[in-house]
Amino acid sequence: MNRGQEIWLQVIAALHLLAIDPNGLKGVTFRLRAGPVRDKLLSHIHSIAVSTTKLHPNMTDEQLFGGVDVIATLNKSRLVTTDGLLQKSGWFELSMAERSSLQTAARLCQALDQNLISPLILLDEGIDDERPPDSLRERLAFYFDLSEVRHADTDFDSVDALQEIGEAKSVVNDMRKLVLLAEQFGISTARGPLLALCTAKANAKANGRKMVNDEDLEIAAELVYPSRATRLPEPPEASEPTQSTEMQQKNDNENEKKSGEIELPNELLIEAVRAFLPSDFLEKLKTQKTHLKSNGVGFGTQAKSKTRGRPRPSRQGKLDGQNRIDIVATLRTAAPLQTIRKIKTKAIRHVLIYPDDIHVKRYETRSERVVIFAVDASGSAALSRLSESKGAVELLLAQAYSRRDYVSLIGFRNTNAEILLPPTRSLVQTKRRLAELPGGGGTPMATGIKAAGEMALLTASQGKTPLIVILTDGRANITLDGKPDRTQAIEQCHQIGRWIAVSGFKSVVLDVGKWPNKVLAHIARDMQAAYFALPRADAQVISKTIGAELEL
Amino acid sequence: MSINFPFSAIVGQEQMKLAMILTAIDPTIGGVLVFGDRGTGKSTAVRALAALLPEISVIRDCPVNSEFAKDVPNWSANRVKEKRMRETPVVDLPLGVSEDRVTGALDIERALTKGEKAFQPGLLAKANRGYLYIDEVNLLEDHIVDLLLDVAQSGENLVEREGLSIRHAAKFVLIGSGNPEEGELRPQLLDRFGLSVEVTSPTNIEDRISVIERRDSFERNRKRFINKWKPEDKKIREGILKARNNLKSIKTAKKILRDCADLCLTLGADGLRGELTLLRAGRALAAYEGKTSLERAHLKAIAPLALSHRLRRDPLDEAGSGTRVNRATADILG
Repeated sequence: MNRGQEIWLQVIAALHLLAIDPNGLKGVTFRLRAGPVRDKLLSHIHSIAVSTTKLHPNMTDEQLFGGVDVIATLNKSRLVTTDGLLQKSGWFELSMAERSSLQTAARLCQALDQNLISPLILLDEGIDDERPPDSLRERLAFYFDLSEVRHADTDFDSVDALQEIGEAKSVVNDMRKLVLLAEQFGISTARGPLLALCTAKANAKANGRKMVNDEDLEIAAELVYPSRATRLPEPPEASEPTQSTEMQQKNDNENEKKSGEIELPNELLIEAVRAFLPSDFLEKLKTQKTHLKSNGVGFGTQAKSKTRGRPRPSRQGKLDGQNRIDIVATLRTAAPLQTIRKIKTKAIRHVLIYPDDIHVKRYETRSERVVIFAVDASGSAALSRLSESKGAVELLLAQAYSRRDYVSLIGFRNTNAEILLPPTRSLVQTKRRLAELPGGGGTPMATGIKAAGEMALLTASQGKTPLIVILTDGRANITLDGKPDRTQAIEQCHQIGRWIAVSGFKSVVLDVGKWPNKVLAHIARDMQAAYFALPRADAQVISKTIGAELEL
Repeated sequence: MSINFPFSAIVGQEQMKLAMILTAIDPTIGGVLVFGDRGTGKSTAVRALAALLPEISVIRDCPVNSEFAKDVPNWSANRVKEKRMRETPVVDLPLGVSEDRVTGALDIERALTKGEKAFQPGLLAKANRGYLYIDEVNLLEDHIVDLLLDVAQSGENLVEREGLSIRHAAKFVLIGSGNPEEGELRPQLLDRFGLSVEVTSPTNIEDRISVIERRDSFERNRKRFINKWKPEDKKIREGILKARNNLKSIKTAKKILRDCADLCLTLGADGLRGELTLLRAGRALAAYEGKTSLERAHLKAIAPLALSHRLRRDPLDEAGSGTRVNRATADILG
């Protein structure tokens, strides 16, 4: 059996379990793009579920929770309300889940906590870093990445008929096993083991057992833990002594008799989870820190806002629970037609307002700024100025924070550029990342500027305004493909600089070398960037310079 | 109504529980800010609080839960004077809530169908005399935050829009929770919370097992589980009621006041709110413990809760603010 088939079998099993215990397990996330596998999956879900309700990321409150049906109310002259999607029963399906804002996610989370919309199927069609909000994903028991599954792998769909028996029971020892196992894989929230326990019970129930047994635990561990794991378990020999001594230290007296019982989770269970870890788990582990969150979902400000900002002329529109009615404009529209309407309808009401008259208020907000720092951490820069640069970035961060700007950090050294921090407002994370930034190696300046430019494109597409700040000494000596060639490296810097200028991003180049670098000044001119040579500047001066640039 | 997990059955998280109990004893302490990772029982604790709190007496159908007939706002259609008991309101403020929902606004239904200019009260009215809970408070939109700050400060909600001019009492305890990795909170709002707590997942295996165990037996039979914990919950509730009565009689020596001021000065906490909160929370703790006077031990226990979020943020300081508070407390209080 190949990996695709294994995953598919798991999917089938998971859906089966969801049908048994929708409220306990809450739901499942599928990561895959549209295609035959997805069609197959959906048709399978529809065959299990009694009814499915489709949700989409841009639902208004009225659609979700129901509300006043303005049109019907106006026509009938009495209050007519509509049902929200959340009032429906059956399975819920959220497509394009990666596009949902934190706001939508928060509402769905609340609904999940109240068991209104379980089970929820999240269809994540994201590419690269796009993914549904963590708060939502974390609540659902299962997660499957089906991008490796081919259509040919999906030829099994035999599911045994459900055997309905009473609730399966579990003993404390089962819980202990699951908690220990979670600990081994670095799963720190309580939801992991809880969902695993529910899964084990559902599986026991599916197999007509009254008690949870080891097989159920194994299946639960396989299904729930791999996507939540944040580290690989240590080899048992090494971890056993540390763990038990730690335990003993903590509860010296009360635990003495218990300390003998503290055993490691079953080797079998560990292997079961390990087998289903995503194939690129180790790679992800390395980069996981960098996109811990805050890819800015939800904060991408619309240039036109419904609720705040500078007022713009109101427009004809519908009330959707988010926008506000402009009473004056609505009345103004309705006023000239009153006589006609009264004659036509013979109504005795004072004012006749038709749905078409309704005007809603509009506002305009300034989009939020993202300051993208590309910091040169190469040997030449490290020697002279890396620590000042770090200091300056930290000071700027504090300012950016008080201005509510987002900050992103890219470091370049050796042969590549690394996104140390995607746009975020979290000072805590940024400080940690900065401290971790090592120095040394060549200066792949073109790669660094390119990474900054790409980040700028990404943020601009989210409706934010990027500002690129490049801190370097300009001694570029590594080309885009990682080869040491000074002439070509500098030529490429010019090219990429022109690309940034054409893209229209505002940028600042800070020369932090010991002497002002003419080459760098030329590159900056190609980028149409403000160029500052700050040979003797300390962190304070650098931050002041950028600060002044930001205020423009 | 859904059945909530009992407050006393929450494993560990003593600081968070203590902070909530203290605000129940003395609402003037201000709100509680709970910051921590996902899945550490933040929301569970807040929802559990509702069931724990003593009931309050209100005028029936009063939109702002007034205790006396004279406090019923004049825009309310309600004219009954009859009283009834109800549980302390705990109102959820969802993210992405519109300003109208928070403050209340023109009742569009009635305006459109009957042509009447009536006020439809919002969440602030509902939360009066109770708790306002904001999950993911750090993700709340700025304009809503500003609005909440203003109301929390004045204890009164003033609505001036669409030709309405209405005011009503809005005194509530703000409880916010969030995950600091997802974004920070503005210092102005931080300062408005009386106490702040950082929660983490329990690191002890036994604790974690009992979290799972209790949750499991709760899910299996909610009624039985709640009955089992009822005596514990009742103990806390009675403790709160008793402490409320004792609160007035707690004596505070000059020396202790000096300690408060010293502590805040050393830490450079902005404004005087730090001292006041320290004092009030300390008294509430003393009352809860059944003591007659505020002692140093109380201040010591309360200082991290009351002060750690008031320190000026130093981007270059690696140690958390909690450590700084503890260091200062040890220096001054010995």
